[in-house]
Amino acid sequence: MELTIGPIQGFWDAGHWSDFYARLAETPGVTKVVLGELVCSKRLPFYQTRMPEAIERLQTGGKHVAVTSLALVTLKRERKMTAELAGTGLEVEVNDLTALAHIPEHAPFSVGPLVNVYNEGTLSYLKQRGARSFCLPPELPLASVSRLAAKAGTTPVEVWGWGRLPLAISGRCYHARYHDRAKDQCQFVCANDPDGFAVDTLDDQTFLAINGVQTLSDPCANMSHDLTALEAAGVASLRLSPQHTGFFNIIALFHDLVCGRIDADELSARALPLAPGAAFCNGFLGGPNGISWSGRT
Amino acid sequence: MMELVCPAGTPASLRAAVDAGAHSVYCGFADDTNARNFPGLNFSRAELAAGVAYAKARGSKVLVAINTFPEAGNEALWHRAVADAETAGAHAVILADLGLIAYAAEKHPGLRRHLSVQAAAANPDIINFYAETFDVKRVVLPRVLSVQEIAAINREIDTETEVFVFGGLCVMAEGRCSLSSFITGRSPNMNGVCSPASHVTYTEEGQELAAKLGGYTIHRASKGTPAPYPTLCKGCFKVGSRTGYVFEDPASLDASELLPALAKAGVTALKIEGRQRSRAYVAQVVRNFRAAVEALEEGRPVPAGMLAQLTEGQSATAGAYNKIWR
Repeated sequence: MELTIGPIQGFWDAGHWSDFYARLAETPGVTKVVLGELVCSKRLPFYQTRMPEAIERLQTGGKHVAVTSLALVTLKRERKMTAELAGTGLEVEVNDLTALAHIPEHAPFSVGPLVNVYNEGTLSYLKQRGARSFCLPPELPLASVSRLAAKAGTTPVEVWGWGRLPLAISGRCYHARYHDRAKDQCQFVCANDPDGFAVDTLDDQTFLAINGVQTLSDPCANMSHDLTALEAAGVASLRLSPQHTGFFNIIALFHDLVCGRIDADELSARALPLAPGAAFCNGFLGGPNGISWSGRT
Repeated sequence: MMELVCPAGTPASLRAAVDAGAHSVYCGFADDTNARNFPGLNFSRAELAAGVAYAKARGSKVLVAINTFPEAGNEALWHRAVADAETAGAHAVILADLGLIAYAAEKHPGLRRHLSVQAAAANPDIINFYAETFDVKRVVLPRVLSVQEIAAINREIDTETEVFVFGGLCVMAEGRCSLSSFITGRSPNMNGVCSPASHVTYTEEGQELAAKLGGYTIHRASKGTPAPYPTLCKGCFKVGSRTGYVFEDPASLDASELLPALAKAGVTALKIEGRQRSRAYVAQVVRNFRAAVEALEEGRPVPAGMLAQLTEGQSATAGAYNKIWR
């Protein structure tokens, strides 16, 4: 099982962003890195000029690099951003089908978790179109993952392995709404919460987290206990979603797990203090609902 | 005249909508293939055929929503739905899944294809991709766009556009939301349901009534005040130091006052949400909207506040059509 590092979902300070990718380039156990702006086009200018250096470092460090498209493309500048990705010469991870419209037919690309690949027909269409790998939507149950991995054949299939789950995307910015600001005058207040801002129920149940226009799970997805089942299903890699602090410990734990040096119980026990939301979930794969957790911690 | 696309969860509602002046009626089969897969709702094959005949005889069209995402290993159910919609004489199918659209374009080239709101096609590039690749004739726009943006989109596409104007309001981009399955295990994309009634409980707690979804408290009201249905994204939650409607108030969509602007924006069709609503509700909403589009066509003002009493006993919003909503 390989490890892929997904794009940063939150809005991080540019210096921290650069340091993160510099260190990631040197981090063992990581095969692939997807970077770029997934959630909000307003964030990109803060670190865009740093991207070429980060990419070069990652490539020098032996990582396979892909750039993500935005998750929801509506504005003119977002369309331009999306169109330009196809000309970068890098692998584009399509996370809104708009990106596909700009990729020449049969040119290679990868499919991210925010594209609705729920069945064999969609997978086959995208594969025939040039998809070289699929990170499946986190909502899928294991039975669907198995069928899709079988259909994909030699094309690698990945599933969400760690991190707050991307559950929804909206036109409305919930960070701006919370701070009584209009989206256009948000003053980048989402930077206060680089891993998202917890939303609890009125009974203080841990529930969701807001990240600008995106809604995340509050509990952190942790698929370590599903490793054997995922391997049996033919899944080739796990996606670890970056978090602002403690992430390199998480990578090391997953590297130890896939190498057989520790088991899932140990990983979960050691990772829990670092988990955003301070709780785990893995229920989309096999539980009654996404928020449920089948591990012991 | 702008086309009025009206909901029908039952054959009786279909007839009521047609009689009330619907130009088109949309409906679905009674299974996982459509996004209003509620108990007791939707059409058998025979009911659809009868509904199409009833509508055609009165100059109306029937559109069949097959707008969930087919389950891996079970695509045949969705393929059959497309074939049966064509056999029944449907004017078009409303599809969301990329693979299913590709399938329909290949196997049923003569069957008109509309792109469901569940496909969340929110800009001209992706709409033109669907039109050029799969000959999609109409796109139902996601509820994340302002009227100005809809006008800009229409300037860059040849595809017809359809927009929601009344009824339930998704706060998230449709087809891109798994909040419901995160809490209940059942989602719009996979099961055609959101915040399903099977997972709702109302619990009396002291002087309050808690509305819960899958055991999670979505809303709490003092006894005697109306408790809204616990739709997840319209719940009351705690964030930081505040308690409130983090995502959206328990409001429904009413864009009736924007009809002139939507007409000017080049919108072809106006869609009313509510296949789960009663026949009487459907008839009244359709009648009022028909009067409104006729008024518009003849250059008369659209009657204001004509639908206030129908907005779920709640406040109404124009949603993302007003840019400030974001």
